[in-house]
Amino acid sequence: MGVTVKSKKIPLTGAEAVAEAMRQIKPDVVAAYPITPQTPIVEIFSKFAADGIVDTEVVTPESEHSAISIVTAASAAGARAMSASASQGLALMVEVLPATSGLRLPVVMAIANRALSAPINIHCDHSDMMAVRDLGWIQIFSENAQEAYENMFLAVKLSEHPDVLLPVMVGLDGFIISHGVEVVEIYDDEIMHSFVGDRKPHLSLFDFENPITIGPLELPDFYFETKRQEQEAMKNALKIYIEIGKELSKITGKEYKYFESYKLEDAEVAIIVMGSTAGTAKDAVDELRNEGKKVGLLKPKLFRPFPYDEIRDALKHLKGIGVLDRAYSFGAYAPLYSDIRNALYDLEKRIPVQSYIYGLGGRDIFKYQIKSVFNELLDGKFSKEEKCIGLRE
Amino acid sequence: MEIKSIRDLAELQTKTGLKFVSGHRMCAGCGIATILRTVLSASTKPVVVVNATGCLEVVSTIYPYTAWNTPWLHVTFVNAASSASGVETAYRALKKKGLIKEEVNIVAIGGDGGTYDIGIQALSGALERWHNFLYICYNNEGYMNTGHQRSGATPFGASTTTQPAGKVSIGKIQWRKDLVKIVQGHNIPYVAQSNVYNTIDMFKKASKAFEIEGPKFLNILMPCTTNWGFPESMTMKISRLATETNYWPLFEIENGILTVNYKPKERKPIEEFLKLQGRFKHLFTQENRHVIEEMQKRIDEDFENLLKLEKVTHEEGVRI
Repeated sequence: MGVTVKSKKIPLTGAEAVAEAMRQIKPDVVAAYPITPQTPIVEIFSKFAADGIVDTEVVTPESEHSAISIVTAASAAGARAMSASASQGLALMVEVLPATSGLRLPVVMAIANRALSAPINIHCDHSDMMAVRDLGWIQIFSENAQEAYENMFLAVKLSEHPDVLLPVMVGLDGFIISHGVEVVEIYDDEIMHSFVGDRKPHLSLFDFENPITIGPLELPDFYFETKRQEQEAMKNALKIYIEIGKELSKITGKEYKYFESYKLEDAEVAIIVMGSTAGTAKDAVDELRNEGKKVGLLKPKLFRPFPYDEIRDALKHLKGIGVLDRAYSFGAYAPLYSDIRNALYDLEKRIPVQSYIYGLGGRDIFKYQIKSVFNELLDGKFSKEEKCIGLRE
Repeated sequence: MEIKSIRDLAELQTKTGLKFVSGHRMCAGCGIATILRTVLSASTKPVVVVNATGCLEVVSTIYPYTAWNTPWLHVTFVNAASSASGVETAYRALKKKGLIKEEVNIVAIGGDGGTYDIGIQALSGALERWHNFLYICYNNEGYMNTGHQRSGATPFGASTTTQPAGKVSIGKIQWRKDLVKIVQGHNIPYVAQSNVYNTIDMFKKASKAFEIEGPKFLNILMPCTTNWGFPESMTMKISRLATETNYWPLFEIENGILTVNYKPKERKPIEEFLKLQGRFKHLFTQENRHVIEEMQKRIDEDFENLLKLEKVTHEEGVRI
C-alpha cells in the first residue's frame, strides 16, 4: 500500500506528536492539568489555543479528578472532549473513569505511561494503565511517537462510533516516547481532520425538547443489563477498530491490526511485549535472525478489548513464548502474561510461556537482555516462576 | 411578573411548567422538591442541571423513571462543580460553532456532604475559573443519604451516627465550617444563604443569581425529617425557627456587599430550635446544659458580626 496523501517528516517528541494530532482533531474541549511526564502534551496544546491555532476551549482545572469530570461532562453535553494524564494523575481519575465508560461517553486521553507511587518515581512503566484496565476504557499502546500520533485519530473515531461509544486511552511510554525526539510523519491537516470529522453526538444535554436524564440510579433490576451492554460495546470495538484502521490505512499506507507481528510466521520462539521496548526487541530479533535463530515478536497494540482469538492464532505454531510485562499484578500473574496464557488455553498443544517483568520505574532494558531472553526460550528454559530482567538480586 | 407571594409563584410555575415533577421518592416532609421548584422556576432560560451523588440524585432518577423535566447529568459524588464546569465549557464551545443557539442557565446541585466536604475542591476550582453557573447546596447538615453521618456542615452539639452523643461525648464537638465565607473568598459576584421555609427569599435570590454572569452560590438550609428526628409536618416550622433564632441567618453578598435579609425583632432562644429535634435531645440534661449556652453565645456573636459586616460594607465602602 502506498502513501496516498501529502505529509511532512519532522523531528518531534512523542508529546509534540500527540499535541499535533490533537490540533488536527480539533476537540471542542480540552482539560489541561500537569502531571509528569504527560505535561508537555497539554502545555503544547494550550499554546496552540493561546495562539489561536485551535479554537478549542481549554479548561485548566485544579486536579486530574476535575479534569476527567470536565471532559466527561463536556462529552455528555455533546462536545468532543479530550485530556491527557499519567501515573498518579490517572490514579486520581479512577473514581470517574468507570463513570465515563458506564455513561457510554466518548472521551480520548493520551497517557504518558509512568510508574505508580510508592516509592515515588516519574519514569516509565505500565502500572498506571494496568491499574485501570478493567474500568471500561479501550486501551491502545504505542511503540513510538509515530504510532502515538496515529493512534490518537484511531482512538477518536473508535470512541465516537455509534456501535462503540466508549472512552479510549492511548498509552505512550513516559519520557522514552513522550520526551524522546524522533522523525514523525505528520499528515495533511485537512485530511486528518476530515478522517475524524466533527462529532455527531448521540445525545445532548442541550436538547430541551427532549430532556434526558444522564447518569441515573440503577438498582439490581437494571444495573446488570447496562453493564452487559458495555461489554457488548467492547466486543463491537474489536470489530470497529479494524474497520477504522482500514480507513486510516488509505491515508497513511500503514496497517492497523490488533498487534504487530515481526518475523513471527516462521519463528520457533517469540517475545510478546508492548510499547517502546518492542522497537528494541525488533533489533534483537534481527540480530538473532542473522545468527540463524528463528525468533520473532508479537507486539499487542489494542490491549482492551483483548483480541484473544487472533493472538492465539498468531502464536499457535510456536515452541515457546516469553511475555515481557512492564507492570506487576501483585499476588497474581503479570497482566499481559495472564492474558496470553488465557488466549493459549484453547490450543490442544500446550505451549510453554515464560513470564518476565522488566523496566519498572524506568529501569533500562537493553538489546543484550532481550537477546538473552530469546536464548533462554530457545534453550527451553521455562519455569513457573516470574523472572526479572535487569533486577539487582 | 413580580413574585410577592407563594400564590404568585404557583401561578408562575403553572404558566412556565415544572422542571422537576412528581413521581420522585423523597421522604415525606423533605424540602428538596420545594427548593428545586422554587429555584428552577426563577430561571427565565432553559436550565441544565448537574447533580452530585446524594439524596436528591437517588430519589429522583431511579431508572427507568426520572422526575426531571429538564436535561440532567450525574457523574459522581465529588464532581458536581467540575461536571458543571464541563457542561458550561461545552456550551461555550458549541455555541461558538453555532451548534447551540439558545441562551441557557446551568445549575449544579449538591448536598452538604458533596459541597462542604468531598466536593469542596472541585467547587473551589470551578469558582476560581469563573464558570458561569449557579451552585446550590441543599444543606441538611449531614450525610443523610447514607443515614445521618456527620459532615463539615453538621452543627456543634448534634448527635450523628459517626459522632454520636454518649456517656463521654456531646456529639459533634466542632463548629460547622463557614462555607459561605470560604466561597466568598473566591470573590465571586453573588453568594447567599437562604432557608427552605422562605420560598420568596429563595426565589428572589435565585432570580438575582440567574441574571449575573459568572459563578453564583446559594446555601439553602433544609431540615431532614428522618435524621434530625422530628415529625414530617414540622419541616417548615423547624426551618423557620432556624432563622428566627439566628441559627441560620438569611443574607446575601453581592460583589462584596453584605445584606442581612431578615432581622428578627427579638431573636428566639436557640432551645426553641433544638428542643424539637432528636439529634439535640441529649443536650437537655444537666451535664450538657453548657453546650446549649456555648451555642447561644456563638450564635449571638456570629449574628452581631454579620450586622457589623452589613454596616461596613454598605456604609464605609468596605468589600468582603
